[in-house]
Amino acid sequence: MKRILVCVKRVVDFNVRIRVKPDGSGVITDGIKLSLNPFDEIALEEALRIRERGEAEEVVAITIGPADCQQQLRTALAMGADRAVHVVHDGVVEPLTAARTILKVIEKEQPFLVLLGKQAIDDDNNQTGQMLASLWQRPQATFASKVEIAGTTARVTREIDAGLETLEIDLPAVVTADLRLNEPRYVKLPDIMKAKKKPLDSMSLADLGVSAVSRVKIVKTEPPAQRQKGIIVKDTQELVAALRKRGVL
Amino acid sequence: MAKILIVAEHDGTRLNASTAKCVSCARSVAGAQIDVAVFAADGAAVAAEAAKLAGVTRVLRIDRPENSHALAALLAPQVAHLAAAYTHVFGPSTTFGKDLMPRVAALLDAPQLSDIMAAESATRFRRPTYAGNAIVTAEVDPGTRIVATVRIASFEATPGGGAAPVETLASDVALPSHTRFVSIVAAKSDRPDLQSASRVVSGGRALGSADNFKIIYSLADRLGAAVGASRAAVDAGFAASDLQVGQTGKIIAPELYFAIGISGAIQHLTGIKDARTIVAINKDAEAPVFEVADIGLVGDLFTIVPELEKLLGA
Ligand SMILES: Cc1cc2nc3c(=O)[nH]c(=O)nc-3n(C[C@H](O)[C@H](O)[C@H](O)COP(=O)(O)OP(=O)(O)OC[C@H]3O[C@@H](n4cnc5c(N)ncnc54)[C@H](O)[C@@H]3O)c2cc1C
Ligand SMILES: Nc1ncnc2c1ncn2[C@@H]1O[C@H](COP(=O)(O)O)[C@@H](O)[C@H]1O
Repeated sequence: MKRILVCVKRVVDFNVRIRVKPDGSGVITDGIKLSLNPFDEIALEEALRIRERGEAEEVVAITIGPADCQQQLRTALAMGADRAVHVVHDGVVEPLTAARTILKVIEKEQPFLVLLGKQAIDDDNNQTGQMLASLWQRPQATFASKVEIAGTTARVTREIDAGLETLEIDLPAVVTADLRLNEPRYVKLPDIMKAKKKPLDSMSLADLGVSAVSRVKIVKTEPPAQRQKGIIVKDTQELVAALRKRGVL
Repeated sequence: MAKILIVAEHDGTRLNASTAKCVSCARSVAGAQIDVAVFAADGAAVAAEAAKLAGVTRVLRIDRPENSHALAALLAPQVAHLAAAYTHVFGPSTTFGKDLMPRVAALLDAPQLSDIMAAESATRFRRPTYAGNAIVTAEVDPGTRIVATVRIASFEATPGGGAAPVETLASDVALPSHTRFVSIVAAKSDRPDLQSASRVVSGGRALGSADNFKIIYSLADRLGAAVGASRAAVDAGFAASDLQVGQTGKIIAPELYFAIGISGAIQHLTGIKDARTIVAINKDAEAPVFEVADIGLVGDLFTIVPELEKLLGA
């Protein structure tokens, strides 16, 4: 079966203005809206489009996270994934652990393409896809804005600092999605009902033979330095005067 | 003692300014030995440039034809091979370093810290999370080799004046053939580079069209500034994708930043937090961009920008 594996992570919704706990032990997440990582929605959308073009037969979504992440996996199923895999784990999953876990699932599922978001917008690590490709010893095409499958290879356009780079990679491979790859579809109510009946497998890290090593200790979390309150000028002349006064013109 | 290996970023002929910023970060680790590795097809010129950076102990030059394009899958095994002798491996937090360094970290079985903004010691670093809204201090055990990307907006470039020796190393590390460079489309421009410019003028969705966006270019030219854009402006096709500023675009720290017709979403603001002076021009007095602006002007950009350009010309 020609299969695509898509990695999705639950994160604090991108619209939430996050606040740091006064004791510096982390950020406040109680009662805050949680959603699929926006880049992962884009990755999933791309997988669905590839399947809809007949270039893949099955799209499997995987997440590693606590039991109540099931809700976000159901969202992925409602978007159109055929099946979901939930690796249930409470607590921190460092990118290397996430990559090891996904690799175990790859060994079982044998996908020809693995899609991830380029970065999870909570920890902003931007590591997992590259680590996975490294451990798997397969090609990586990160920050993708265009993916074309051509038999046993793919052509991927990447958004890099210098412009748009195109790579040709042999499949199977890892691709990470950037913002302009596509615009994810909206989930419709009947799809949510249908998603409830789609298969969702749960397992633990131990079931996959992975142990969650944690080597980075977060000792403190602080709000960023606040900028000094600025001034409002009434017209362009005042603006130029204010710039001159600050010595930046 | 810390031994830090920095992977140089370059275009084959010139060293990217991000490398000098990585050196500054490495120099903040007391007593560190700092080696810069140049992987290229012919790295002579780049290595010579790197050798001049103050504080660099040695420059290692690894020439291979396969290194003519910076492909992570081909560079990673070479970096990992060298890294065995180091306690830290640093690369810039540009798309080059973001692509490469995690691939290296996995080969080394080392944890990575992304976007480090300060090195408090050899084992303790600060980095932003949640689009810069929560800064964490992260620590690893002494003896843990670490890979890091350096948030270049947080560091001044290390000055020149050094004269480090350049050592040429032969490399016979086996490289995969599964990844091939096809092409690059780079928007050629005579304007200053967005990432290193001291002045940046950015336009947002409010510009309304690629044609209207020309007033941003024109103001930028008057100021000798680089041009930037919000995601909305890039998505709408007003500006090229490599001009996007923000969480998923470029993180910049110019002396002077103009946000014109940009609302100031957190994902945009995280890209400009380190700008010395932020000017916001927006017709909505309630726009969040005014919360971070040093100088705000409420009004219609289509009258303000041409007026401003005229005033600056006088
Ligand atoms: C995961 C993720 C990552 C993202 N990364 C980035 C990123 O890296 N960079 C980024 O910029 N965005 C990013 N975004 C998008 C971000 O959330 C905003 O949608 C985007 O920044 C809005 O762009 P804008 O300010 O140009 O448009 P808008 O929010 O639509 O603002 C337009 C502004 O123009 C003003 N205006 C309209 N007409 C005029 C006029 N005639 N004169 C003056 N002012 C006028 C309006 O008052 C308004 O404030 C990201 C979003 C997500 C979900
Ligand atoms: N716990 C997780 N479960 C599933 N996918 C993940 C997880 N963590 C990271 N990923 C994937 O890896 C991408 C990059 O994450 P990161 O390296 O943490 O920025 C995300 O966009 C996801 O696609």
